This record gives sequence, C-alpha cells and structure tokens, in this order.
Amino acid sequence: MVDFSVDTRGSEPVQIIDVKGYLDAHTAPELEGVFNKLIDEKKFQIVVNFSDLTYISSAGLGVFMAYVETMRENNGDIKFSNMNESVYNIFDLLGFPMLYEFYKDEKEAVEKFNQKGK
Amino acid sequence: MSGNSQNINRELSIKSTTENLHQVRNFIREAALDAGIDEQNIGKIILAVDEACTNIIKHAYKYSPEGTIVLSLKANRKKIEIKITDEGEHFNPNIVPDPDIVEFHKQRKVGGLGMFLMKKLMDEVRYNTISSNKNQVVLVKYVS
Repeated sequence: MVDFSVDTRGSEPVQIIDVKGYLDAHTAPELEGVFNKLIDEKKFQIVVNFSDLTYISSAGLGVFMAYVETMRENNGDIKFSNMNESVYNIFDLLGFPMLYEFYKDEKEAVEKFNQKGK
Repeated sequence: MSGNSQNINRELSIKSTTENLHQVRNFIREAALDAGIDEQNIGKIILAVDEACTNIIKHAYKYSPEGTIVLSLKANRKKIEIKITDEGEHFNPNIVPDPDIVEFHKQRKVGGLGMFLMKKLMDEVRYNTISSNKNQVVLVKYVS
C-alpha cells in the first residue's frame, strides 16, 4: 500500500488541500480528482498545505502545472505552504518559485487571497 | 569500523505498474543505506530511479501491468550505479529536449519533467539498447 492521502477543508472562498505521505505517479490521480471536484464546485482559490508530505515526484508536480492556469483564469490561484526543505528543493529544481507563491505558513497564504479580494 | 567499504550488489524485478514504485524506492533506500550513502544523496537517487521507472511504465509499457522491469544495483560509499532494464517499446531519449522551464510552465507541458529531473539529480544518465527487445537506462551518482 502506498501511503498517501488528500483532504480538503476551509471556509469559502479559500480551500485548503492537505497532502500527506508519498505523491508519485501512482497517487497523483487522487490529487487530480480533488482538483476536478473543486473546479466543478467553482472553487478556484487554493492553498496546498504540504506539512505532512514526505515525498513528491514529477507526476505530483505535473498536477499543479495542469490545473494552475484554470485557477488563475477564474480569479484564483494555487499557492503552496508548509513545505519541508527536501520537497521544496524538487519544486526549486523545476523552476516553480518563479511562477508560484510559496509561504511558510498556511495562514499567510490564505491572507494573501483575502487581501487581494478586498 | 564495519561497513566502511561495503560493496553492495542487488537486484529487484517488478511488474510494470505504478503500484510498485514504493517497492522500488524501498529497495534503493535499503541498498544505499547499507552502502553507507548519506541521507541527502539517497533522496536524490530514489527520486531519479522513481522517475526512470515511471517513464518505463508510461512510455515503454504504456501502462500495461504485464511488463517486467529489472533493477540491478551496485553501490559503495563513493558511487552508486543502477541499471534499469525493460522489454517495452524502444525509447529515443534524444527526442526529449531539456525544457526551458518558463516555457514549460506556460505550455503546461508536463511530459519531460522526469527526464529533466533525472539529469539534474544524477551524474550520468545513459540509454542503451542491449538487444532488439531490451532497453536499458543506466543511472550513476558519485557521492563523496
């Protein structure tokens, strides 16, 4: 069994996605399912909390690339928070910091959305 | 001290399904630890091997779970070499260019990330055709 889980929480309009464990080619479809559901529900302001994510491969990174434009086209975004160093290093290798916002803390990321909404 | 010049020689054979990626990662972790490789490098090696196997499952076997992937690993404290062999469709790595990262994101081009990571994480990435029906990718990292 692969140790991975994904859950959503949060009050409108910002939704938090908690990813836990190992995000690889086997588990990435679960995360895609969550993004599809959020888009169906017209929820486009997303913070992904990585505090319990131990591992990510390019299949996981590809999910964010595949959905970010849809979120941005609808006045939303995908922002990242609480990432450990080893996971951040992989995002960094692939140039994500140029195009995505990373926050130490989930609250900061949520606030950023709320500021923009004012 | 024991384990100082431990030479590791191991092999793992798996079926070509993404479900087995965690088994591949555990195999690499254990062997690299036994060889005395440090945690930070182990993380990089595991990811590179995961990416190589994912590419084989996706491109060589096109997600058919009936294919076989054989990993043969040689390691000591200074160097690790992993040979990954499959019998799937031949793959020409030269048709996958190194991505321009900004363009890559703009075009939402997800493919090619794995190979880019492998090259960034390892010192050598070589593709061999070892017979008419066998492909091999060789990953090498010098760790000291």
